[in-house]
Amino acid sequence: MRSQATQELYERLKREGEAAGYYLNPDVDFVLDLMEGLLTNEERYGYGACPCRLAAGVREKDLDIICPCDYRDADLNEYGACYCALYVSEEIARGEKKPQPVPERRGTMPEPPIEKHEEELVGFTKSGIPVWRCKVCGYLCARPQPPLKCPICKADRDRFERFA
Amino acid sequence: MKKVKLYALSTCGWCKKTRSFLDSHYVQYEYEYVDLLTGAEKDRVMAEVKRWNPSLSFPTVVVDDAKVVVGFREDLLREVLGL
Repeated sequence: MRSQATQELYERLKREGEAAGYYLNPDVDFVLDLMEGLLTNEERYGYGACPCRLAAGVREKDLDIICPCDYRDADLNEYGACYCALYVSEEIARGEKKPQPVPERRGTMPEPPIEKHEEELVGFTKSGIPVWRCKVCGYLCARPQPPLKCPICKADRDRFERFA
Repeated sequence: MKKVKLYALSTCGWCKKTRSFLDSHYVQYEYEYVDLLTGAEKDRVMAEVKRWNPSLSFPTVVVDDAKVVVGFREDLLREVLGL
């Protein structure tokens, strides 16, 4: 029996994903296992680290692998599935193709620029308003501070970087 | 009989698939859930995995201390296990 929390997380991710153009793996049992993994990690670490990766247990070190991870979109483009195969391409979602194992991308992408202090970051653009980029889905917004949660992929504020 | 060691995470879907695959083929194996280890034991096992698979990803299957399969690759598992 799956817990209510597992079922609810599944339904929330499915609803939010579909609203933003993302599809969950059609193998519901497999996805529910991943939901349990995510909930386990949330309880264990205090955040939903990727269930298919070994987390450090320190949020700052694991920011890039908090689900949805920084690598999801690149892996979806290249392999039709994220590392866990939680998120899949439309083709796989429709059952026309099966997800294949995805090689680990983490550590192979160029290092992000060193974070600057917030006060240094504000007020560089012509309008004086900085542009923030969600590292998970690429959403851009111009406002003094990044939003608390990305309106597209629901990633937390600390997943945003200064874009302009 | 082959010596089979599986390094896995207790939360990972592909690791679970790998276990089901090994079980359904009656393969005897030892396994370690690395995410459930702590302290020096965790460091020791992580170093062990890195020796076979520098990217420290899971599942990692080591056969006879000689061959390694990274990720749930059914075709490669069949090959190294002679299934």
